[in-house]
Amino acid sequence: MSANFVALAYLVAAVLFILALKGLSSPISARRGNMFGMIGMTIAVLTTLTITQNLIYIALAIIVGGAVGAVVARRIQMTAMPELVAAMHSLVGLAAVLVAMSAFYNPVAYGISPLHASNLIELFIGTFVGAITFTGSIIAFGKLSGKLGSKPLHFAGQHWFNLFLGVVMIAFGIMFIFTESWTPFLIMIALALLLGVLLIMPIGGADMPVVVSMLNSYSGWAAAGIGFTLNNNMLIIAGSLVGSSGAILSYIMCKAMNRSFFNVILGGFGGGDGEVGGAGEVEQRPVRSGSADDAAFLMGNADSVIIVPGYGLAVARAQHAINEMAEHLIGKGVKVRYAIHPVAGRMPGHMNVLLAEAEVPYDQVLEMDEINNEFADTDVVLVIGANDVVNPAAKTDPNSPIYGMPIIDAHKARTILVVKRSMAVGYAGLDNDLFYLDKTMMVFGDAKKVVEDIIKSLQH
Amino acid sequence: MSSAVDPVIINLTVFVLAVVVGYHVVWNVTPALHTPLMAVTNAISGIIIVGAMLAAGPEQLDAGTVMGLIAVMLAAVNVFGGFLVTQRMLSMFKKKSK
Repeated sequence: MSANFVALAYLVAAVLFILALKGLSSPISARRGNMFGMIGMTIAVLTTLTITQNLIYIALAIIVGGAVGAVVARRIQMTAMPELVAAMHSLVGLAAVLVAMSAFYNPVAYGISPLHASNLIELFIGTFVGAITFTGSIIAFGKLSGKLGSKPLHFAGQHWFNLFLGVVMIAFGIMFIFTESWTPFLIMIALALLLGVLLIMPIGGADMPVVVSMLNSYSGWAAAGIGFTLNNNMLIIAGSLVGSSGAILSYIMCKAMNRSFFNVILGGFGGGDGEVGGAGEVEQRPVRSGSADDAAFLMGNADSVIIVPGYGLAVARAQHAINEMAEHLIGKGVKVRYAIHPVAGRMPGHMNVLLAEAEVPYDQVLEMDEINNEFADTDVVLVIGANDVVNPAAKTDPNSPIYGMPIIDAHKARTILVVKRSMAVGYAGLDNDLFYLDKTMMVFGDAKKVVEDIIKSLQH
Repeated sequence: MSSAVDPVIINLTVFVLAVVVGYHVVWNVTPALHTPLMAVTNAISGIIIVGAMLAAGPEQLDAGTVMGLIAVMLAAVNVFGGFLVTQRMLSMFKKKSK
């Protein structure tokens, strides 16, 4: 088939990818958007098949890979989405490295022989970004899935060592561009693989939402970089869309955690390992505590209730129970809504998916900025499995490490219920003044158990 | 001054325009759907499959085509896994039925 036809088909696919992302502006259009994405990918793959040989081998590879992908997509738990996403980033990274090596091995296949200096530069960039994405994502996957400790791993002079490695890697890249030989190319790849490990190791568990978003971005840039080498607009466009998406998500996550991007990348308090205020120093202050029955009474008699869920809710597997509780309250004429902090889950938008899975209607689920003005007019707030994101110190105490972090204004409500196992501190290792307010009632216990008790009490 | 534009410049043009489009489209994505966004971009970054197929394309099987085939397989995991898991997640987002 003619190169012009192929290029036009790629253009159609690229527009479909843009429509796929555009669809995600609302849950109503999102499913159709995803369909556009699938059609776009089908067009891109079928078109490419018309200009390649070895159709049987290629079809086999697609079937094998596709089957693995389909099974994983069906089986994966929604709580494990961050791991899945990290694992998939690593595959893109490795694929980019393999394609780059193949392009260097046999440039004729891509019609880019002889290789120009610009091809080699692009090849170098696509390869090292791919290699860093590959190993970095494996480390992120390990940390997210608990196979590696989530604590940051530090050693003396780490950042200087990484910088040194980066410079050496670029030096070998330049040598590759001038010599066009395998040795500097392979050394450069090996150094980039090592750098991927070293860059992600020092970042703690709490900062993983940023890391996952960042690797999402890298996987896109890697694809775009390879697109430059192959003069393939399909790869450039799709790669750039992914790259900018990941970059925006990283920015949003950093902002929600009140961290600068560099602060996260260079490693910091993400491990919660006592760099900031030791957990043992928390002074004993009196709190008001109550039972599930008390909580049920307060919420059952309220006009409006806002539920502030944190990841602790998912850890306790209480999502379905909380939806059942909300339905009981709605049945009693109470207005129930959910307030979601951007970092409520383990990746951007994670909590929304976990609630949707528990059949919470999405029109009851509001973002922090949408609902923060309404707390002052709200009778009862139920904070469950969340801590730092409702800590008023972020607004009132300039000495607090989380000062300036955007929070959910739970403290403005008339009554605050906090479901918590104990008075233990959250990720940031901070005490939370919200728990000591006169209008706050603590309900101690496992989130799921407490919610189930509340349901029982509401049924009476 | 030569008349033909270097392909690098054409690539760069496409790249910059795609980044600008991506920037605007992604800021319009509702935060509630950021996880599906990440899953679908995972699928879209599986577009590397096109490059991998070209690598696997030449008739003669050698190191280059084998690396291409492995890359096709890896990218296919992303393409299928990414789109299907996105579909699965999006099907959970429902308005109040009653």
